[in-house]
Amino acid sequence: MQYHLTTPATREALAPLRAGDTVFLSGVVYTARDAAHKRMMELLDAGKPLPFPVEGCAIYYVGPTPERPGAVIGSAGPTTSGRMDAYAPRLLDLGEAIMIGKGKRSQEVKEAVVRNGAVYLGAVGGAGALMAKSVKSLEIICWEDLGCEAVRRLVVEDFPLTVILDSQGGDLYLSGPQAYLSSRG
Amino acid sequence: MKTIFAAAITETVAQLCIQANTHLPPDIAAALDRRRREEPWPLAQKTLDLLWDNMELAGEARLPICQDTGMACVFVELGQDVHIEGDFEEAIHAGVRAGYEQGYLRKSIVSDPLRRVNTGDNTPASITVHLVPGDACTITVAPKGFGSENMSRLAMLKPSDGAEGVKAFVLETVRLAGPNPCPPIVLGVGIGGSFDKVAYLAKKALLRPIDQRHSDPYYAALEQELLRSINETGIGPQGFGGETTCLGLSIETAPTHVAGLPVAVNVSCHVTRRATARL
Repeated sequence: MQYHLTTPATREALAPLRAGDTVFLSGVVYTARDAAHKRMMELLDAGKPLPFPVEGCAIYYVGPTPERPGAVIGSAGPTTSGRMDAYAPRLLDLGEAIMIGKGKRSQEVKEAVVRNGAVYLGAVGGAGALMAKSVKSLEIICWEDLGCEAVRRLVVEDFPLTVILDSQGGDLYLSGPQAYLSSRG
Repeated sequence: MKTIFAAAITETVAQLCIQANTHLPPDIAAALDRRRREEPWPLAQKTLDLLWDNMELAGEARLPICQDTGMACVFVELGQDVHIEGDFEEAIHAGVRAGYEQGYLRKSIVSDPLRRVNTGDNTPASITVHLVPGDACTITVAPKGFGSENMSRLAMLKPSDGAEGVKAFVLETVRLAGPNPCPPIVLGVGIGGSFDKVAYLAKKALLRPIDQRHSDPYYAALEQELLRSINETGIGPQGFGGETTCLGLSIETAPTHVAGLPVAVNVSCHVTRRATARL
């Protein structure tokens, strides 16, 4: 199935998504990797607000290359999501609706996805130039000292993604290879 | 005796950094093209087509193929009849600094592994130098992304584990990595030597064109067998399922100790980058 979704996303909008579906995402997406996640946890520990509204938000695990003059963004493919596993359940429980990245997630993250009716979407790893085409604007909103890891507010249009983890416990990394192998008999 | 000026090395390294990050080597591109035509699983075929489109777009738009423009691994074959005028290693670092700035490449190096402050210019490079006969200086820049590098493994097997043990370790590494290194992957496998040498052999194996088999028919057959086994795991492109899990696998070997069988697997992705120039 194919879905067109916009952010912020509601639980209801995400409910029909199943592992393997294609999603074209439009709206605001925030970028954060390891260092930014660590700082967000420190803010939460100190009882301070996060740098962006978390309810229904989409966080893209990406550190883009510097943009050429006149370009919106450089190459912008996903980084390995597993490094954010320690932080993701806390953000999901606070309302984060969509995680975008690539690679395996922990059991804790899978449970938090189901518990909160969230989704984990895969961007095409190693296709940074192609992913950049969907990004219409970029603004660094905090922690510029982190360079490529600074938090950016992207506006994306029809960003092509694949559902990896769905709210029913589906996992494309299990079902995809299984479906292929059983097709071979 | 030939003199090579440090400035020429800097200029060359800078160009190679940009070239490697925006254009795939011909052997990798050819393998990707062949696999996307032969892939039997529709979703996998679609994903491989996307990777192909991405590669073409990167070349046209002078964009990096992947946003992880890597740690600059620089391999130099230095003729023993060459005299370098200036600071050789500093010339390489300066080339990386210039290439990553001019090419709008990402700066991904931290100065200290635990205190983690970005150096801001992607230096230092990781430099490996070999002295060879003659008066040429051949420089290869192979930027290495860490999504795949992090999936690499090394084991000190027992001699009794033999070829079966090596095969099992390689396959275990591929299964543990799963979707993380952005399959289709490219593997460099080192066998023999010592603890440090075997890791170098695995890295060196990634420098060989993937359509070129090991010169020893025994290891050439082992390369083919391992590639076949990996492409029967079903992991597929991006880990979404399919045949094309691995584009190519190369083995490098070295003599080892009577008591040991070191094996190392350096995992790379379809963005296995290398660019070479001869001064």
